[in-house]
This record gives sequence, structure tokens and C-alpha cells, in this order.
Amino acid sequence: MKYIDEYRDKALVARLTEAIRAISKKEVALMEVCGGHTMAIHRYGIPSLLPDNIRLLSGPGCPVCVSSRQYIDKAVAYSRLPGTIITTFGDLLRVPGSKSSLEKEKAGGADVRVVYSILDAIDIAGQHRDKKVIFLGIGFETTAPGSAAGVLTAHAKNLDNFFFFSAHKVMPPAMKALIDEGIKIDGYIAPGHVSTITGSDMYREIPEKYGLGCVIAGFEPVDILQSIYMLVKQIETKTPRVEIQYRRAVKPEGNLRARALLEEVFTFRDDWWRGLGILPNSGLTLKEKYRSWDAEQMIPVTVAEARDEKGCLCGEILKGLKIPTDCTLFGKICTPSDPVGACMVSNEGSCNAFYRYGE
Amino acid sequence: MSHDLIRDIFMTHFHHPVLSHQTDSAVVEAGNTLLAFTTDSFVVDPVFFPGGDIGKLAIAGTVNDLAVSGARPLYISASFILEEGLPVGELEIIVQSMASEAAQAGVGIVAGDTKVVDKGKCDKLFITTSGIGLLEERHRHISMGSQVQAGDCILINGTLGDHGMAVLAARTLTDFAGSIRSDCASLNHLIYRILNTFSGVHFMRDATRGGLATVLAELSGGKAFGVTIREEDIPMNDPVRGLCELLGYDPLYVANEGKVVMVASRREAPAILQEMRKDSLGQKASMIGEVVDDHHGKVWITTSIGGRRMLDMLAGEQLPRIC
Repeated sequence: MKYIDEYRDKALVARLTEAIRAISKKEVALMEVCGGHTMAIHRYGIPSLLPDNIRLLSGPGCPVCVSSRQYIDKAVAYSRLPGTIITTFGDLLRVPGSKSSLEKEKAGGADVRVVYSILDAIDIAGQHRDKKVIFLGIGFETTAPGSAAGVLTAHAKNLDNFFFFSAHKVMPPAMKALIDEGIKIDGYIAPGHVSTITGSDMYREIPEKYGLGCVIAGFEPVDILQSIYMLVKQIETKTPRVEIQYRRAVKPEGNLRARALLEEVFTFRDDWWRGLGILPNSGLTLKEKYRSWDAEQMIPVTVAEARDEKGCLCGEILKGLKIPTDCTLFGKICTPSDPVGACMVSNEGSCNAFYRYGE
Repeated sequence: MSHDLIRDIFMTHFHHPVLSHQTDSAVVEAGNTLLAFTTDSFVVDPVFFPGGDIGKLAIAGTVNDLAVSGARPLYISASFILEEGLPVGELEIIVQSMASEAAQAGVGIVAGDTKVVDKGKCDKLFITTSGIGLLEERHRHISMGSQVQAGDCILINGTLGDHGMAVLAARTLTDFAGSIRSDCASLNHLIYRILNTFSGVHFMRDATRGGLATVLAELSGGKAFGVTIREEDIPMNDPVRGLCELLGYDPLYVANEGKVVMVASRREAPAILQEMRKDSLGQKASMIGEVVDDHHGKVWITTSIGGRRMLDMLAGEQLPRIC
């Protein structure tokens, strides 16, 4: 398949791993902060190709994993309201809230529908004008412009039965918070799809203030290995900077149209991250102008304060301090079919990837 | 999870020694005759999809469960639960398709039952088929895989993931519908020819729900051998690969309805592969891996780029990813 096979070329992979071995002297820990990278690294068995002195850590890059239990509790509460249809991406279905999940509510008769795009949710709202249709908007800068376009569509169509429940977050505050917390890493494999929207400028502070390199990486094995090579080279030559490996998709200025959509619809708010706590200006919520489509404003529900599960190391794992097998729940009480923590739920979660692909 | 239900509810209360083997077909004795006996219910949305329909599926699925046990399928029963309001024309098309698939496979549909339920109590129609086949004593070991040993080779008769992705596309992604066709087919003739010519077939299973990965995980689970497969040798059609890439699905876990995973002795495997390729259902057959005396109980895959990782059983349904 064009644009895929070239980036999975065995000979090229072998050349890259040799090149990495040739320049890599120091013990380094590189962190990826995008669930897509976590998946690809495990799926292709990339750790098995690297020298022992290079360690890959998975950071808080899975939107489902860093979301609060309270968000799920609220979504569950919404699903129990009469005349309400919940529309969501598939990943969220199985995420455990305090007592229930959307999957359980669906089995119990709630109208919860998996959609592939916010536009599907808007179609559903158009077909069911007598019902309230709530879309669960989740993800980083990659998926947020889609949500923004959806809200604008609802606005243009004057769909007053469509509501948006935001769990959108932005990446840079978390990347800085991890270093501020003293997590020992030597460079970031920076998220490729997030950067197609935002461009590369938003990472500038990481080399300038913290002295760590950032390489914006694509998602194919060759992309990831080349990015590791670039990071190792920066480390060995002590020249930390922001570089774009994923040049076929990422421009330094990002996607101006998508950025304008974000600017139009969203405003920043302080938001809670699993494992990191509340980070200033790290979440996105609808601007006042669009409050008629904001589920939290228009359909308030109250849920009890949610606590994290005892013994679950999700927080430590998201920070790269622990690996899934350090957790006593892993693989015993916590499995993909019966997850305790969010890292086990999503396909992109570290624990889920560890469980499925082993080490 | 149906695995848990089977273990905790059905196995606990039915506890028959034959049932406890959990093979595709039960192997039972009737007088001096060895029979394979199986049953399966078919629920699919939509009932018509590129490459087949629920009727063809109901026949081929049961024929294949018998055939992979090493048996020659003979007779099938078919029970229908029909939703009130199902157009008779649609039912007739489905029944014709069952008749034609049964004729193709050489099995007789000899018993049946029909119930009609109120609208909303079922989704169009559910079909349950049961089948019996004759099993020769020399093939009795196949469904249990008791002769599988390190050094054996693993074969598959063609491309992976076609059925699961065809149905998914027909259901939700109509832009893709048509470019992917289900592989739904009865495999008994292909299998029968191989069993008649060769003695080295040690295990067979059709890679239906849960896909190739689940078959291999079940084959090796708890055994004193491991399984290694090579990603680059696994045949796959481009549109299937493309749709899996797009949705973040792992094709190794996607359902097939016309694929047999065969474990054969190293000595005979190359000739069996040649024989498979002569059949119209085996033109893209491939040797995808080996049984090894290493990582006992586990399946490892050498990825397309030369890395290694473990394969496990899938928990729950595959869900499309957010980004």
C-alpha cells in the first residue's frame, strides 16, 4: 500500500537501527506522549530492535486514560436522563466510572451510540428533534478542531437539541508538568497528529527552558526509529531543539484553518489529569458565545466527587515512573475485559498495550 | 464476555466430558460409528453483505466447524427465529442462498423449525444450524490437536480479515462497502482432499470470531510448546489492510468465515500448501509460522519490520480508536 509500505521497509529499518547503535553511547530514556506512538511501538516490536541503553517510556498521551472518573460519571448520569441519546467514540464505552460505565448503561437500556465523527452525532440530532443528543468530545489538539467544526455546524443549523460535553485537553502543559515533577527523561518523541494542527512552535520552551529535545514523529516504524535517531543525536551532541521528523504532515506553523476553528469555538480552562492533578490552562471548553451547545451549561448534572481506585498505578504509569507490570492489579484484577484503571481500557493505554503485546 | 459465561454458567451445569473439550465439533460415538456434531447460531447485521448473507453464513459456518474437526459433513438442521414484518422476499433470498451453499458443500438440510416473534423482539432473523458428519478414527486427534509438536508448520488458506471488515463496512462505512467482500465459504472439499492425500495434518480450526490470533492463542495456551508466526507471510487484501489502518483495528483479530488454520508436519507441509493452492479457496494459501519448543503456551509474532512481540487473546470487542 502506497504511503505505508515505504515506511515499514525492513531494510530501511535495519539501516536505522544500525545507525542508532553507532551513535548511541549514553543511557537515555525517551518519552512518547501520544497513544498512537505507544501502539505503534508495541505493535511493531520496536523495543526489541533497540540497544539496551535506550529506554522508551509512555507518557500521558491517551486522552481516555488521562480523563477524570468524574467525566465518565457525568456521562453516565446524562445517559440516564429520559429522552437523551449519548453519542461517543468507541474507546469511551468501556471506561469505568465510579460505579458504572457507558457500556453497562447501554446494556441496561440507555441509548448510547458509537459514532465515527461528531457529524454523525449531528445527523442523529437532526433525525431525533424530540430528543437531546449529547456528543462526548474527547482528545487532544488533533480531534478538537473536528469538534469545533461540529459545534459550528450545529450553530449554523440552529440545532437546539444537540449538546457538546467537552473533555478536550491540550498537550504542552502536561509535557512541561512532567519535567517540573522531576521525571527523569532525556527527550520527547513529540506527538505527530497534534502537531499537524498546532505546528512546532508550541514546544519551543522545552529545549529553551528545560534543555530537552523534542522530535515530532510520524507513526510508522521508520518514522519512529528515525525520530529516535534524531533525539539520540541531539543528546550525544548536546544540541537540544525542536525538530520535525514527520515533515510529510507537519508544517512549522501547523494547520492555520484548524487553529482558527479552535480559536473561534474554544477557550482554555484549568483541567484535571489523571496522575498529574490540575494543570492550568490545559483543557478546552466552549466559549460563552456557544454556551447553548454546552452540555455542562445547559443540562447540569451533579455527581459525587470521584476517587481513584485503590492500588491502581495509572497515575505513576502515565508519568513514566512505573511500568504496567509494577502494578499488583495488572493482568490479575485489571484486564482489558474488566479494567480497573483507564490505562487498561483504551487501545492506546500503556497497560492495554502491555497486556496485548507483552514485553 | 462469552468466554466467562461458557466457563462459569454452561460448563458448570452441563459438565459433560465431551463438552469440556471445547472443540469446534463434539466427537461422539454412535454404535461403531464416530460422529462429529456441532451447532451454531447466526446473528449478523446487516443480513446481506458483499460476498454473502446470513443464510450462506449459517450453512458454511456449520459445515466448516465439522470439516475442521476432520469430519465429512453430511446433514444439517436449520431453525429460524423471524421478526414479524420481515419481507417474505428477503427471507426467500436467504433460504435460496442456504440451499445453494448446501448443494455446493454436498450436505442435506434435513430438519428445521420456524418461530415468528413480535416486531422488535429480534433483529430481522436469527438462524441456528446444527450439523453432523462422519469422522474416521484416524482423524479423531485433529480437533484436540493432541499430535501437535514442535517443528510443525502453520498454514492458512488465504487472506485474513475479509469477512469482519466487509460486514463492518456494510454496516457503518458505506463509502467502503463493495470494495471488501466477505470470504464466507464452505471449506469441506478443500479440507477433505488434503486429509485424503496426506496423513500429517495435526490440527485445524476455522479462524472465525477473534481471528487468527485467537485460534493460535487457544492452540498454544497451557501447552508444552509455543507458536511463532511471521507477519510478512500473512496474506491480506489491500482494502482490508486499508480499512484496518484507518480504524486502528488489528487484522489478526478480525473474523473470517472461509479460512482454516492448519497445523501440519514439517515433512508434509510444503506439499499440503501446494495442494491448498490448487483449490479456488486456497489460491493465496501461505505458510505463516511454526510450532516451536520455546516460549511455551505463548504466541510470538515477528513483525513486518523484524521486531518481535507477543500475541494474546482479544478481550471484548475491537473498538475503533479516537485518533
